[in-house]
Amino acid sequence: MIQLVPRQATSTAWQVATPVLAVLATMVAGGLLFAAMGHEPVAAIRTIFWDPLFGPAASYSRPQLLVKAAPLILIASGLAIGFRAGIWNIGAEGQYIIGGITGGAVALAAYPADGPWIFPAMVLAGMAGGWAWGMIPALLRNWFGASEILVSLMLVYVAQRVAAWMAFGPMRNPEGFGMPGSRNLQQYPAAANPELISGTGAHWGVVAAAVAVLATWFLMSRHIRGFHIRAAGTAPRAARFAGVNPATLVAFCLGLSGALAGAAGLFEVAGPAGQITDTLGTGYGFTAIIVAFLGRLHPVGILLAGLLLALTYIGGELAQLTMQLPAASVQVFQGMLLFFLLGFDLLTRFQIRRRVLA
Amino acid sequence: MMIDPLSVFLLLLSAATPILFAALGELVAERAGVLNLGVEGMMITGALAGFAAAHGTGNPFLGFLVAAVAGAAISLLFSALTQLFLANQVASGLALTLFGLGLTAMFGKPFEGVKAPAMPTGPLRINWIVWLGLIMVPLIWWFLNRSRAGLILRGVGENHDAAHALGYDVRLTRVTAVAFGGAMAGVGGAYVSIASVLQWTEGMTAGAGWIALAIVVFSNWTAPGVLAGAWLFGGVTVLQLRLQAAGVQVPVQLLSMAPYLATIIVLVLISARQKFSRRAGGAAPGSLGQNFHALR
Repeated sequence: MIQLVPRQATSTAWQVATPVLAVLATMVAGGLLFAAMGHEPVAAIRTIFWDPLFGPAASYSRPQLLVKAAPLILIASGLAIGFRAGIWNIGAEGQYIIGGITGGAVALAAYPADGPWIFPAMVLAGMAGGWAWGMIPALLRNWFGASEILVSLMLVYVAQRVAAWMAFGPMRNPEGFGMPGSRNLQQYPAAANPELISGTGAHWGVVAAAVAVLATWFLMSRHIRGFHIRAAGTAPRAARFAGVNPATLVAFCLGLSGALAGAAGLFEVAGPAGQITDTLGTGYGFTAIIVAFLGRLHPVGILLAGLLLALTYIGGELAQLTMQLPAASVQVFQGMLLFFLLGFDLLTRFQIRRRVLA
Repeated sequence: MMIDPLSVFLLLLSAATPILFAALGELVAERAGVLNLGVEGMMITGALAGFAAAHGTGNPFLGFLVAAVAGAAISLLFSALTQLFLANQVASGLALTLFGLGLTAMFGKPFEGVKAPAMPTGPLRINWIVWLGLIMVPLIWWFLNRSRAGLILRGVGENHDAAHALGYDVRLTRVTAVAFGGAMAGVGGAYVSIASVLQWTEGMTAGAGWIALAIVVFSNWTAPGVLAGAWLFGGVTVLQLRLQAAGVQVPVQLLSMAPYLATIIVLVLISARQKFSRRAGGAAPGSLGQNFHALR
């Protein structure tokens, strides 16, 4: 018989090893799935994980890595802080959409003015929009005890409809020949979020993601607020006796993750997407949850996990083009990854021993 | 605008059915102490599997049967993670939802644009699955409150250590309850694809699974409460569709927010009542969301 013995403290070695194991297991299971669907498994895995970086078309796909990784890292950095404290914001997708709309609204209101203040004002408005959307579940939890999981998730569906309303109604491009969608901000230099260094894919969102990684590392390991968050997550009662106010933490964590998701939405609207459309939300807010877990809720881990999941997006697109793999296979891949990760996580908290029969 | 109350009620019954099935299933799982946030993933799995079977065989009832099996089968992934590998239930449920949405998007492509076989209407112009949902309410109430198995299930949910000490198999009870929840969610999802929309589209359950989770809270963990919540939701949906059809001067996108906003409002009202009542957290099972690990 096998017996699970709880560890005194979580194993640091396994903390690092399990995400790697989970990725390898996902590759194997994904390969088996592709084989079952009649695709060459090794070629499929190579197309997804190797070709975007080193394959024949790498010069095109490599810059895409940062474009896709930036929103994931930005959102996941915020989510991880809440997850550490046991505060589950799973509506980042909604905060991302609202941030894109409020930030984009500033640009549309300023059009066609010119000035260096426009883009920073958009970023601030995007963060404020995401923050406000995140504060709804925070306040409803603090005042009435409503589950922030369900409220934040419901608000994703509301945000999607706000985006559709904006794209078909108030924010529709007046010169767009009746097509839904706002003006294209890429063609409005004062509001655009362009590639900063040609060939790298780096736009302001990438800079923001890098800053977010550093700032959240500082917050969690050097600041008293980070200590409170970690304390509240591991021992809520002890934290309360030590004077940590749970309501403040809920507002802080949901507000911060909302603001970061809102910023990510704005950088997307002003950059790669270019406009506010009804399909503004593309799932970054949900994938970022996987990034946060895969990165072990640690800033450096999130950086690596964000790059890896960005790779699966690009590799998935490549595999769709070259191997006719279904577009949704990336989603399946990401779901499997989270399954394996949660499963292997057992090893960080328990020792597996053979039970000696007495 | 003429509104025939009977036809509105029939529409309400139909709109409430997917949520009713999913919420009843989740109710049983939560009473056993398991918080499964994968309802949306199990519903969408049932929606596709049921639609595929109904389309393939031409028999809608076979579709619902397959949907129940598929929902229960995919719930085993969640059970394996939480009961065997002792993973966090919130994260595992989310994983199930994300995986289910991805899996169905991948395998659903060939079924896009195909029509479902016709559903025969049952007694009183109400289709058989709606009837089945209504019958499940007293059945589940009876099971939870009057049967011996239901008592054990509630015991496991209230205090898993005590139930274990009495010699009951906590894990087996929970896996079974979650599988039942999966089967019910699968049927609820299949109702959307087979009986309501009559075709398959990606992500077509559109948050119904999450609304079902909110309704379990609203019900204060009772079967009649789930029925009330599902009807309330059905009423809001029908009202919203009626207003759209009547050409009210409000953008369609804003009207279609109604079910989600109503869910939030209801959740807030009920949470406030539970928060300020004598027993904090309402009638939520004592061990809800906690994993069980027997040291002896």
